[in-house]
Amino acid sequence: MTKKMHDTPLLDELESGPWPSFVTGLKRLAKDDDKPYANMMKDLLGQLEHSYKTKLGYWKGGTVSVFGYGGGIIPRFSEVAEDYPESKEFHTLRVQPPSGMHYSTNLLRKMCDVWEKHGSGLIALHGQSGDIMFQGATTENVQKAFDELNSEDIGLDLGGAGPALRTSVACVGHARCEQSCYDEVKAHRRIINEFLDEMHRPALPYKFKFKFSGCPNDCSNAIHRSDFAVIGTWKDDMKVDQDEVKAFVKKNGRKHMIDQVISMCPTRALSLNDDDTLEVDNKSCVRCMHCLNVMTKALSPGDERGATILIGGKRSLKIGDLMGTVVVPFFKLETDEDYEALTELAETVIDFFAENALEHERVGETIDRIGLANFLEAIGVEVNPNMISHPRTSSYVRTDDWDEEADKWYRHKAEKKGSAEAAE
Amino acid sequence: MNQATQPRRPVESGVPDPFPHMHPVLKKNYGNWKWHDRPRPGVLRHVSHSGDTVWTVRAGTQRQMDIHTIRKLCDIADEYAESHVRFTVRSNCEFMVSEESKVAPLIEKLESEGFPVGGTGNSVSMISHTQGWLHCDIPGTDASGVVKALMDEIYHDFKHEEMPNRVRLTTSCCQINCGGQGDIAINVQYTKPPKINHDLVANVCERPAVVARCPVAAIRPALVDGKPSLEVDEKKCICCGACYPPCPPMQINSEESTKLAIWVGGKHSNARSKPTFHKLVAAGIPNNPPRWPEAAEIVKKILYAYKEDGRPWERMGEWIERIGWPRFFEMTDLAFTRHHIDDWRGARRSLNASAHVHF
Repeated sequence: MTKKMHDTPLLDELESGPWPSFVTGLKRLAKDDDKPYANMMKDLLGQLEHSYKTKLGYWKGGTVSVFGYGGGIIPRFSEVAEDYPESKEFHTLRVQPPSGMHYSTNLLRKMCDVWEKHGSGLIALHGQSGDIMFQGATTENVQKAFDELNSEDIGLDLGGAGPALRTSVACVGHARCEQSCYDEVKAHRRIINEFLDEMHRPALPYKFKFKFSGCPNDCSNAIHRSDFAVIGTWKDDMKVDQDEVKAFVKKNGRKHMIDQVISMCPTRALSLNDDDTLEVDNKSCVRCMHCLNVMTKALSPGDERGATILIGGKRSLKIGDLMGTVVVPFFKLETDEDYEALTELAETVIDFFAENALEHERVGETIDRIGLANFLEAIGVEVNPNMISHPRTSSYVRTDDWDEEADKWYRHKAEKKGSAEAAE
Repeated sequence: MNQATQPRRPVESGVPDPFPHMHPVLKKNYGNWKWHDRPRPGVLRHVSHSGDTVWTVRAGTQRQMDIHTIRKLCDIADEYAESHVRFTVRSNCEFMVSEESKVAPLIEKLESEGFPVGGTGNSVSMISHTQGWLHCDIPGTDASGVVKALMDEIYHDFKHEEMPNRVRLTTSCCQINCGGQGDIAINVQYTKPPKINHDLVANVCERPAVVARCPVAAIRPALVDGKPSLEVDEKKCICCGACYPPCPPMQINSEESTKLAIWVGGKHSNARSKPTFHKLVAAGIPNNPPRWPEAAEIVKKILYAYKEDGRPWERMGEWIERIGWPRFFEMTDLAFTRHHIDDWRGARRSLNASAHVHF
């Protein structure tokens, strides 16, 4: 039976103005009277208007899942179901998009068809962890929708929720960016698909997120939004096309070149020569990307490529914000073996987290609690001055094994020199 | 169980392979791009070592999309853009074309269908945001509504590249801040301790877990009217709302006490300066649906002060670093209060331990 639309005077005000209106979209669905979701969306609009009026939310969680999985569904039951009965169950399926969020229209249309049949017709592209969020299914329809999305024809799988490995994001990277320093799709798919059990059957102390950015511009917001950030970089000299440098100076002028490129280098690694070519002090360069961003034709990353691995980024709960911090300054990512080694490091860190973190503690908080040096020892990574902004300023430390620790450093250095010479 | 009622086992396929869905020019030149530029706002041109060129047209969306909107994007992609799209992390939809002649008709079509083209380079991109009243179980405000209202106001700066550098805005409907760091962030800030429904706590909440969740150890088990419940030391409480998700009877929101706060200078990129967290600049802003005009006013004030005074490539936080906080508060006419001075752990590091003073 067709329901009447609720009056929504407050939401109606969000239909004006130039930006695309989600309210207009919700109303379109509510007016699809020949569709199974029309009444649900009418009551959803009613409940949302009620929230706008009272300034309170009215959803509560619960337990809903699909057969074989423990996570991936966000259950939502209405607390005001007596007034808005048709949307009393409004669950979300978190679904992992193709790496890099590439879609053929064919795939998007199939997703819409499934959600037209089994859901509310409302899809968010994308959630903050990178999920496609199919928002609004009844408890009964969750399984039906999943079965079709997970079919061979469509090939999508649920993402993470709760204390589990979460859905991950990779930037556009290799697919359309000259600054990309490793194969983001390969790293993203290899790592996440290796640990799907941790995603689908939540058993970790708390959430664990990976994010993949191809360069230090960090378009996937990895450093602050992931427990394990893989941020592309290069080890050798940046590439300079001096003809393009000259062309840049000719076109924009020396003042522009000095003010917007040379002077903005954070480590004073750049100098403009008298003939308008560029001198780069690559040992001082920290790969911040500024000059490469400004001079996209003239400057590009070097050939020896890989990633910096930073661990422990998160937002406020419970001890306050944390950025990820450097654990591996340069992780070479060229051969299949390199990607395999990265997967092994990921496994070591996840295992450490699973065994040592307290309930509801993110790995950054664990490191804060036990100290970075202890964390490094536990995961088998050597200390390195690139891991710190500066050495300790407090004298409160016991150093009676100083000589042994110093020996480790010199031995490590000698080994590295030895293997470098062997390679030559 | 017979065959008909046997549930289907999931296929644990994980992250889908993007290559079957990737635009053919992107696929062909995967890992082989040479340089890019921006011929106009909203358009990127990428050139490959192979000589291939691809133009990308970026359009804003409402993120929470009905299937008709998604099908409309598909129709446009099929007719004007070679049947492939991708989405950015800020919910912009990107259409790729292999011929320059296809760019203008695509832009015209997108704009005529109500999808603004922009969000590239030194523009204000779409606001990354969360779920809010539409779907979250703990929201203090709406997300899509705040974003719609704000994007209407700063529409011009999505479509034009007139800012000193890119501007990344975020919103969050609780202090967990799922929207993340931003050049400007509009986040819920609670102002009162939770109101506890003692009839429900024992049945709904795992009390030791709730006690453990509090960052300042302000929650303790208590018998209230003979019922096992929890109580909050309101002198210690910092009103963060951390107890509310694990224990919904500890309601942190109310019509009056849930306010908005504005934070500035967050950045993920490593370009020039290291990544930074955003900093509190204004709080006590009314949570005022459907258009949150008070919050929008402050955001615009900050945004346009930066637009006017920032130098090329300076992000919001870098601009403030140069001009200094006194001048920031002066230029934006925002009050500087005792609440701006951090008192959480490590707070002393945020004080000025020098004689460097701005006058």
